[in-house]
Amino acid sequence: MSEILIKNASVCDPAQRINCETMDICIKDGKIVESVSANAKVINAEGRLTMAGGFDGHTHSAGKINVGRFINPNDSRKNLVPGLSGQVARTEKTRAQVGYNTPNTYAIGYRYAKLGYTTICEAAIPLLAARHTHEEFKEIPILDKMGLSLFGSNWQVMEYIRDKEPEKLAAYVAWGLRASRGYGIKIVNPGGGEAWGWGKNVSGLYDPVPNFDVTPAEILMSLAEVNERLKLPHSVHVHCNNLGKPGNYATTIETMKLFEKVKPSRDRQALHVTHVQFNAYAGTSWRDFETGAPMVADYINGANHLTFDLGQIIFGPAVTMTADGPVEYANARMMHEKWSNQDIELEDASGVVPLFYSPKSFVNAVQWAIGLELALLVKDPWKVMFTTDSPNGGSFVNYPEAFTYLMSAKRREEVISGFSKMALDRMVLPGIDRELDFYELAIMTRSIQSKMYSRPEKGNLKPGSDADIAIYDILPGKIDPSTEYEKMKKAFSGAAYTLKDGEIVVKDGEIEATPKGKIYWVNAKVPSAIDSAMQKDIDVKFRKYYTVSKANYMVEDVYLQKPVEITTEGVF
Amino acid sequence: MPVIKDAVCSLCGSLCDDITVTVENNKITKIENACILGHSKFVGMLEHDRIETPMIRKNGELIPVSYEEAIEAAAKILVNSKRTLSYGWCSTSCEAVSGAIQLAEETGSVIDSTANVCHGPTALAAQEKGSPSATLGEIKNRADVIIFWGCNPVHAHPRHMVRYSSFSKGLFTEKGRKGRKMIVIDVRRTDTAKLSDKYVEIEQGSDLLLVTALRSIVNGHEDVIPETVAGVPKAEVIELAETLMNAKFVCIFFGMGVTQSRSKYKNGDAMSSLISDLNQHTKAVMIGMRGHYNVTGFGQVATWETGFPMAIDFARGYPYYNPGETGANDILVREEPDAAIIAAADPGAHFPQKAVRHLAKIPVIQIDPYPNPTTEIADVVIPAAVVGIEAEGTAYRMDAISLRMKKLIDSKFKTDEEIVKDLTAKVRELKRGA
Amino acid sequence: MKIKVNLISGRTAAQGANLEAKTHKGYFDACAYCELSPVDLERLGASEGDSLKVNTEFGDVVVFAKTNEGNPEGLAFIPMGPWANAVLSPDTHGCGMPGFKGVPAEIEVTDEEPLDMKSLMKKYIEA
Repeated sequence: MSEILIKNASVCDPAQRINCETMDICIKDGKIVESVSANAKVINAEGRLTMAGGFDGHTHSAGKINVGRFINPNDSRKNLVPGLSGQVARTEKTRAQVGYNTPNTYAIGYRYAKLGYTTICEAAIPLLAARHTHEEFKEIPILDKMGLSLFGSNWQVMEYIRDKEPEKLAAYVAWGLRASRGYGIKIVNPGGGEAWGWGKNVSGLYDPVPNFDVTPAEILMSLAEVNERLKLPHSVHVHCNNLGKPGNYATTIETMKLFEKVKPSRDRQALHVTHVQFNAYAGTSWRDFETGAPMVADYINGANHLTFDLGQIIFGPAVTMTADGPVEYANARMMHEKWSNQDIELEDASGVVPLFYSPKSFVNAVQWAIGLELALLVKDPWKVMFTTDSPNGGSFVNYPEAFTYLMSAKRREEVISGFSKMALDRMVLPGIDRELDFYELAIMTRSIQSKMYSRPEKGNLKPGSDADIAIYDILPGKIDPSTEYEKMKKAFSGAAYTLKDGEIVVKDGEIEATPKGKIYWVNAKVPSAIDSAMQKDIDVKFRKYYTVSKANYMVEDVYLQKPVEITTEGVF
Repeated sequence: MPVIKDAVCSLCGSLCDDITVTVENNKITKIENACILGHSKFVGMLEHDRIETPMIRKNGELIPVSYEEAIEAAAKILVNSKRTLSYGWCSTSCEAVSGAIQLAEETGSVIDSTANVCHGPTALAAQEKGSPSATLGEIKNRADVIIFWGCNPVHAHPRHMVRYSSFSKGLFTEKGRKGRKMIVIDVRRTDTAKLSDKYVEIEQGSDLLLVTALRSIVNGHEDVIPETVAGVPKAEVIELAETLMNAKFVCIFFGMGVTQSRSKYKNGDAMSSLISDLNQHTKAVMIGMRGHYNVTGFGQVATWETGFPMAIDFARGYPYYNPGETGANDILVREEPDAAIIAAADPGAHFPQKAVRHLAKIPVIQIDPYPNPTTEIADVVIPAAVVGIEAEGTAYRMDAISLRMKKLIDSKFKTDEEIVKDLTAKVRELKRGA
Repeated sequence: MKIKVNLISGRTAAQGANLEAKTHKGYFDACAYCELSPVDLERLGASEGDSLKVNTEFGDVVVFAKTNEGNPEGLAFIPMGPWANAVLSPDTHGCGMPGFKGVPAEIEVTDEEPLDMKSLMKKYIEA
């Protein structure tokens, strides 16, 4: 592969503590290097903002999103963010595109790349349906991909916890990751998925799961123990109990506290709590609903063991999709919306419901504020990952819009001015004047992900790292983000250049090339004696309870496009 | 002799994956665990006629040609066509479907699947009210009340009841059939009805009335129910509703009796609402009994690649979807297509006469392992390997779980996937030339 | 004697088992018939195996008579396939799905024999 020299880049790379300094970046064979020969192709960045490729650490982009597409054909025509949504005819370089919240696979790849993003992590892979996720991954161009596998309501997991078999539990999780080609442990509403098998839910950390005699707290702690025993690259990734309910901030803090005693086995957090906006509600009902963000942020400011992401909402149509089956049923009943549900035998639940966030609704307005409050009240950006939990809070194509909220108090004020008095009384956002700078934004959109997921070659511009690079049409120092937010939004919506593995994939906001991305998956080694003992137990599960043969369960190699196997050695 | 275990049966939407196949001298000589349909597919294959060679129709007769000649003739038809219908793609792999969608995109065709004449209305119902469902193992392990509504698994999905539903045993259903109530709702006493605990015979075409009445009762409005609904006495309707509400876990399996009868998609739409209402009292889900083994897979692939599950029109360069307009039967009845490519499906047998009449008038390319009524009206015939036996690939079960189908024996025939790839390459070559 | 019926079509195990052998007699036997209740068959004065002509506003087709005690009176069933489709409704009512169930039909006994698959399809080409 040829060499590239990016000249006069205004580099913002928090991993190296570089804050918008003008320098050159050298690329050879898809990697960032110290120097290149005189033959290198030159890209003149002309002083423009240059960051590592963005990394969306929690997005619903393969698998369940297909249910969203299926039940919302109307989404295909929505063009709320021109250039990044709606119907686009095929070209010689690109496949046809449709959609806004639930774009087709090709559009997902192209549009993330236009935003300067180069890596995504699918937030939920049901083990039994993992093949489907990987089939969609194959059709998402450009981006590198990974996914988190669901373990939080799994029969075998709960039985091993009940029977106090931590080693077999670790062996099972390792096997489940291998079978689903997953990257880490996702826990959604621990125990709630199983309860939903009977149309019920669990009410908190100590509410036992029906028929399994374990509590959500035990599920969380046991899987955290497994996570560290297997030295997995990511921490457990937790969607807390009671999502979407007024008063749930207490459960969220309680969950975070549980993990204070977990010792991470690698240089990363012990816990990632996801889309906290949906879990930072105070009040006792929708009547007295108010922000719980200050309490959650307070706790996080005093804690050093966790990271979290926002789940920021974007006003307009969204499609909620989660393994939290009971939440989706409740959404559908409350909003009188269409309801899709897909419970996965022996493993988990899931649901999909479209909805609309309106600034006129005081609840939605407060939700909007809570996401931003969390981002702005938590002092250390190295704890905060920016997400909209796309498309739950809103489509990822709105990230540039959301960046303006984070970087401009004036822009926030503009939005807030449309809220009702009641909404204003229930939020603290109007009193917050913090504005993020490019450095902090870079942390939340690429640097923290590199650390969180133990992918040192991602999210930074160090020599040796992947040459995944975004150059935005922004001259740091010559733009005032707090007033020139329209300009900023435009620049973040279509990168001047996006490079993927050293190849120019976007130029001036348009797709230039569509290479295939890599798939990262984790193979955690387990002693064979423990593995064999565990296999005997799951053989029984397959013989008696699954409707799929064990031999047909594991995702075959043929489904993995450019796989990167990450091996770890478990401690037993 | 090689014995292949855990093979996936590529016949119906049950996609049984526990088939044991014995292969001797590249011939399947024994098959275990399959039903009559699967058995006929695997073993019967040797007895069935195959399309032995590619053929092109000349002066009314199909004349043998090489694959290259057939592909070229087919590509010419596609390149010269202003409006092509691409139809079928359900008894084949997801990989072939993906290729077919790309070909349709590049040729600006309309592409539709056999769901058009099967569970298409189920997709529309889901688009109205959602699809509250579960994997089949949830039914196996939990369901104590199972309804088969307008479907006849004894005939159409023979192992369904043993593997997934009525007779299966699971963690919370150890007693199997004895611990379950099986209800059949149909317009005639089918062989499935004969196995049920309760058979409710309704007047043909009145499904919507019964679903709506059940919803009224579930929602506490028993008083509005007339003396008979859909030919069923009020007392019986109330009893049925109570059985559902008092269950621990209800599953309604529904078939073409629901999708093809009067009210079509409105039946599934109302049923989805009934399921939602029932969840106020108990746990309930619904699952469509999909016919072709990979009709679900077509819907999945088409949805992630184009945003829509079927009836996709690429005339504008981007996907456009309006099933009552862009569905295969609608565009044929309007005599719109000037060419058709048909793979792994048989509209000659399964479309009403008016649609077949138009197909008979236009150039038709057929890709299929077996001769069938569509062959009689086809102009270019391209034989294919049998997916799941002679070719591997992915298929989706009726509950949207995907499985990898194995290649069991070698074949002299090209796979659907290869044929589509060759055809696409030839189309590109001809277009460049022009 | 003509009787008026409500015609439906659908899958059967025999039709499914012969799905990939449609040029064979087995497929013909599995699909080229019409099931009626014993009462309806008696009204026609027909016995199993006799030829019946089925007429609808969309066409006509000759098939063999069969009884099915599970059929209520007035309901006729022809397995899905080209014989059924000669007379079923092509109208989708704007939702994609033709009328495969619930088509008003008239049935009478005839001396004509049902056409085999190829002869049946030939009629489309001649038309």
